[in-house]
Amino acid sequence: MSSPPEAFAAFPPGLPKCATGIRGLDAITNGGLPRFRPTLVCGGAGTGKTLLAMEFLVRGIREHNENGVFICFEERSTDLAQNCASLGFDLPALIADRKLVIDTVVIDAEQVTETGAYNLDGLFLRLDADIAAVGATRIVLDSIEALFATLSRHQTLRWELRRLFARLKDKGITTIVTGEQGNGTLTRHGLEEYVSDCVLLLDQRVINNIATRRLRIIKYRGSTHGSNEYPFLIGGHGLTVLPITDSDLQYTTSRDIISTGIPRLDAMFSRQGCFRGGTLLVTGTTGTGKTSLAAHFAEAACRRGERCLYFAFEESPDQIERNMQSIGIDLGCWVAKGLLRFAAARPASFGLEVHLSVMLGLTDAFAPQIVILDSVSALESAGTLLDSRFMLMRMVDVLKSRQITLFLTSLTSAALPAEQSEVGISSLVDTWLVLRNLEQAGERTRALYIVKSRGLRHSNQARELLLTDHGADLVEVVVGPDGKILTGSARTAQELLDHAAAARLQQDAAGRQAALLRKQKIMEARIAEMQAEFAAEAEATGMALAQLASATSDLLTGRGLLARQREEPGGAPVPDAARTTE
Amino acid sequence: MTPDPPPPTGEPPPAAAGDQPRYRLRLFVSGVTPRSTLAIANIKAIGDRYLHGRYDLEVIDAFQHPDLLHVQQVIVLPTLIRLLPLPVRRLVGDMSDHTSVLLGLELVADEPDAATTQGRPR
Repeated sequence: MSSPPEAFAAFPPGLPKCATGIRGLDAITNGGLPRFRPTLVCGGAGTGKTLLAMEFLVRGIREHNENGVFICFEERSTDLAQNCASLGFDLPALIADRKLVIDTVVIDAEQVTETGAYNLDGLFLRLDADIAAVGATRIVLDSIEALFATLSRHQTLRWELRRLFARLKDKGITTIVTGEQGNGTLTRHGLEEYVSDCVLLLDQRVINNIATRRLRIIKYRGSTHGSNEYPFLIGGHGLTVLPITDSDLQYTTSRDIISTGIPRLDAMFSRQGCFRGGTLLVTGTTGTGKTSLAAHFAEAACRRGERCLYFAFEESPDQIERNMQSIGIDLGCWVAKGLLRFAAARPASFGLEVHLSVMLGLTDAFAPQIVILDSVSALESAGTLLDSRFMLMRMVDVLKSRQITLFLTSLTSAALPAEQSEVGISSLVDTWLVLRNLEQAGERTRALYIVKSRGLRHSNQARELLLTDHGADLVEVVVGPDGKILTGSARTAQELLDHAAAARLQQDAAGRQAALLRKQKIMEARIAEMQAEFAAEAEATGMALAQLASATSDLLTGRGLLARQREEPGGAPVPDAARTTE
Repeated sequence: MTPDPPPPTGEPPPAAAGDQPRYRLRLFVSGVTPRSTLAIANIKAIGDRYLHGRYDLEVIDAFQHPDLLHVQQVIVLPTLIRLLPLPVRRLVGDMSDHTSVLLGLELVADEPDAATTQGRPR
């Protein structure tokens, strides 16, 4: 089904591999189990050994056209068929098609008495007949250790098992042998000594009251393999091993922009929204409005006619609907229209791998464009922090590869700065919004920042988030005189102050202007007065001059008369000095 | 080495053998091997000595009749199945440990000294 990821392709293909078809297992085994060799699958009771082995056969038949034989030493074939039906494996149909043989070996039907030397030729002959019946190339022995419980000549049994595996190898058959985990050993009877090519250990551990299944490759001779413990889950379609390395970061990305549902939030991004197929994270302490943002996001998607899948881990869908109505978002109508679907589960009700399987299953079924996880921090209670990170990584990868936009909310601890407490997942997300409670002047308000936004320029300013009757809105924050950002009523107060100051300035200016005008008027009045004075003076002067002028001319006229009177008898002009003295 | 049908004539039917029940034994062996031969010889010796012929032995070669292995749930060879008297008993091995064979066939009560006289493994 799945080919080994790119990262492994660099290794030379040494050992021939037999792909199991089990999701994830072929990736961590670098292509599958060693072909023509036996693989030991060991683990405690109820760890999924039998199901893994059966899936190996069923996938072989379905996907690789390799028929199989299942020899069960413990379980009745009818029980086995029932158990596998829950995984979607129709064993009776495969048997009817002559692709699968299930042979139940009953070894303690009656009391068995040992009377001397023996061998397992009877088993070998049965195997040969079963293999020949369907031309099988895959075989499962589940669990051959049961022989040790009935037969006491263990030395003989060990020898016979060696012979059995050699025979299967010669026949070109890939084998899975299961074995129950012993006390301090991998298997109770040391099967690992004979089946030494590949050993898988299954394990079910309970951490915080939640069981998690894990798989580890203990050894794989002649092949590279993943060495971690990988969580795996048993879902409706068989086993899924969750390798972290499964993603090869090769998915195509969209250039489309979608709205967050809040116009002023969109406006904070350079392209009026965020990328489709991206991962958004909203972190914040409790009560900062994360779910409200998620509801906006969901509503915006539904308005665009897209389908949205909402995983609620903290509140019931009904409660979310009711609460969102208080800010004017009617999610119920979108649910009724079939565009919005809620999936609610208590995080602790089952393990992470089951959560992941349920989420991926629903995503497959509903085919949404938007997936909302509210909240991922709740999921952490379903496993360890690290596990939940891996799970989330897996989820992000799957959704990204399908271009589904993922909206995550995460509750951060108030004690830590928001940027620190989410270090683990922040590298996974493309857009990270931080909501913060601001407490000042006896009031709590909400501030929103964009911490990062891959591929989009964004506003670096904080905005105040208001939850109104008509939904969430953002307003510009006001910076107070001391450089602190002011929100809520402090912002309003500061705005009033600013208003008053402006008004004062305005009044001031008007006053000055009036003063200037007054001065101008005074000046003009003075000018007029001076002009009047001047005019009066000028008039007076003019009159005086006129008198003077007339007096002068009178004088001259008088003198002329005198002169003429003197010149008439004698005829000689008289000098002026002589004239004046006369 | 074919499955012998129940002994034909001359012998009385199992129920008719007085108070002693008639034994019906089926022995699975793997071909003509020394171990097969040994097992047959051993069971015949025990039958003759302790059952005085009050038994029918059917020897089946597993290689010739692999289908019977499924039916009878035989995986170990040789395997001797006591079909009668009930309950069914199953003995594995080459039958050289006569004590165990007698125990397995519930014949010890008949011959208390059986174990000491002939009960030595091969």
